[in-house]
Amino acid sequence: MLKILKKMSLVVALIAFSTGAMAQDTIKMGALATLEGAFAALGEDSLRGVQMALAEFGNSAGGKNIELITGSSDASPDSAIRAARKLVEQDGIQVLVGPLSGSEGLAIKDYAKTQPNVTFLNGSSAAQDTTLRESAENFFRFSTEGAQWMAGLGEYAYNEKGYRTVAVLAEDYSFPYTQVFGFLEPFCRLGGKAPLDARFWVPIGNKDYSSVIAALPDDVDAIYVALGGADAINFLTQYEQAGGDAPLIAGSITVDQSVLGSKGPTRKFVVGTPSAGPISDTWDNPNWNAFVAAYQEQFPDGFPSPSLFAHAYYINTKAALLGLEAVGGDLSDGGAALRAALSALEFDTPTGMVKLDERRNAIADIFLTEVIEGPDGNLVNKTISVTKGVSQTFGLPYEEFLKYGQVSRENPSCE
Amino acid sequence: MSKQRWFSTSWSDTGLHPGIIVVAVFLIAYPWFTSDFFTFQIGAYSLILATIALSLMMLAGYGGMISLAQLTAAGLAGYTVAILGENSVGVMGLGWPWWLTVIIAISFAAIFSSFVGAISVRTEGIYTIMITLAIAVAFFFFVRQNYVIFNGFTGFAGVEPPTLFGIYWRNPTPFYYLTLVIAALSLAAVFYISRSTFGLTLQAIRDNPRRMRSLGFNVPFHRIFAYFLSGIIAGTAGVLLVWFNGRISPGSIGVDVVIDILVIAVVGGLRHPIGPFLGAIAFVLLENFAIDLIDRERFNTVIGLAFLLIVLFSPDGMLGLWHRLRNKFRTARENRMAMNGVNQIDPHSQESFDNP
Repeated sequence: MLKILKKMSLVVALIAFSTGAMAQDTIKMGALATLEGAFAALGEDSLRGVQMALAEFGNSAGGKNIELITGSSDASPDSAIRAARKLVEQDGIQVLVGPLSGSEGLAIKDYAKTQPNVTFLNGSSAAQDTTLRESAENFFRFSTEGAQWMAGLGEYAYNEKGYRTVAVLAEDYSFPYTQVFGFLEPFCRLGGKAPLDARFWVPIGNKDYSSVIAALPDDVDAIYVALGGADAINFLTQYEQAGGDAPLIAGSITVDQSVLGSKGPTRKFVVGTPSAGPISDTWDNPNWNAFVAAYQEQFPDGFPSPSLFAHAYYINTKAALLGLEAVGGDLSDGGAALRAALSALEFDTPTGMVKLDERRNAIADIFLTEVIEGPDGNLVNKTISVTKGVSQTFGLPYEEFLKYGQVSRENPSCE
Repeated sequence: MSKQRWFSTSWSDTGLHPGIIVVAVFLIAYPWFTSDFFTFQIGAYSLILATIALSLMMLAGYGGMISLAQLTAAGLAGYTVAILGENSVGVMGLGWPWWLTVIIAISFAAIFSSFVGAISVRTEGIYTIMITLAIAVAFFFFVRQNYVIFNGFTGFAGVEPPTLFGIYWRNPTPFYYLTLVIAALSLAAVFYISRSTFGLTLQAIRDNPRRMRSLGFNVPFHRIFAYFLSGIIAGTAGVLLVWFNGRISPGSIGVDVVIDILVIAVVGGLRHPIGPFLGAIAFVLLENFAIDLIDRERFNTVIGLAFLLIVLFSPDGMLGLWHRLRNKFRTARENRMAMNGVNQIDPHSQESFDNP
């Protein structure tokens, strides 16, 4: 007993003291992603984005080497905080990129307020309130959020597709709320309807959609579906088998490559589904094509095309590196100069120009897409239009936008 | 069986081993020579997990009942603090004074744990595990889908410990001492219970419930009461856990965390109350630093392998490993002494709870 504890204390003391001295020509950067649990595959892809940005800069910025330290969470806010605390307080990182999912982002934003000398950049988390309400001075989001990702989709569904009434099916947490809000707000402003009793909220990882499918009303023109990964595949398969024939409108991660690449009869069924998001697989643009080619070359065992998670981490990491270049790698002032540089940063990404608003949230281009059958029979998202410079407040003044209220199951009410 | 005699015991045979004093001094001095990170996230967090695992060890070690709902009891206490006290989410947060919420939270945990005991009391072994696991999973899904009271998937954030005596209790050093005091009290309580009339009866029930029943003991009641006591310990740790994280959500009480608690108790050793503390230290160190040892895609494998090896080589966990090493050392020494013609018996070598 005693000896074990003695030895343990020795080890603990050694670890505690050995981290003091560090070479001054190295900047420690942390990357936090979900490498455990349901989103592990997405977490791995997001780190590919970080590595791409670092490789682009030769692992150095402002004349200093960048040392990357990875942290892992399991998508719960608790674990994200623990991992961030370890990176910041134990490993002594000065810049953190992450986390991946919405609720984690809200937690990390709160943690950022307690660490004013560390600069936090978002990973791919896309909950609205991470930057909209009670934002942290040292938290930056160069990737856009869930409501911005829906830009143009509500108008497209109403004007082009001619839908007037939609049912809603989404997972029951902050990110889908944000997406539903982003879609319904313009759709309902134009005169569309989404009755409250035709909105269905399912837990993440739901397997059986038969009760939802049975309860879907017949008198709707389309179903807005915001499900991710396996949930989307399960629903699409079961809806198809149940003989459902209502057209679909999809959230940003509902018809991505992980769903479209799956085998089975759902394939034909989703052709023609409109969606919107921060990337479009098939956008014919030299910058985007170069990005995809670099991804495929650097990670032959990755996805066929970078996911929006890799894209978001790439953009945030690149912003951090550009900021470090601008201040010559000098963080001796606790990163104040770096944060000033980031606030003013405007740069070209694979998906167009990005800059920040006054709450440090990105203003960027959003893609409206539609699922088509590609030349070799696989399903891809065709780019229909690009909405330039989408801001978090849809172009409204901040105070005005706050009147819409927090995103929730019943916002907007759309009656 | 009058109530007063239930907990009668004597401390006379518990002379303080010098090792205990050294450990105590080390634990008290710990924040002085470590960083805030080691004080808070390694020290305090280990102690909280250990206290929850201790409540499981008490049930499993003395009562033979492996309950996977201990974390659920702790989580219920944490949720109660967030609901009755203050939070920043805007759901519930009734703003009651902290001492009242803490008392109610711990009471809820104790009542909940008794309820779990009442349901599972007539089962044995694997069936107890399955029933308590079912309760834990049901509670997880319930809080995830209930938005009116538990705020669903998002849960609660902004739960603050009180500021008392001019000290903000989530600062690393004060919080560490708070958890240390609670853990020490819980440990002492479990020691005391184990030597009390009640504890001895419980252990006898564990070994042969049928005989105890025929001797006139109320077996279910003793077991439920053990659940009640363990619920108090788990609930107290649950309050500390929500103060530690500042938040609670369904992810805090999910199945993987339930299993973590079981792993901590088993890897540490279920036969002695100090076991969960060893297990928790090992678990927290591995959880934090395994990612630095190896490729980030494989670090969970390291954690799993480490625990597998411990359990493989010592079914009694780290504690059993230690006792075995000590016995080997002692036997060697005694043999040497015998060869030297020293006729001396080491009195400590006759301690009972050693080896299978």
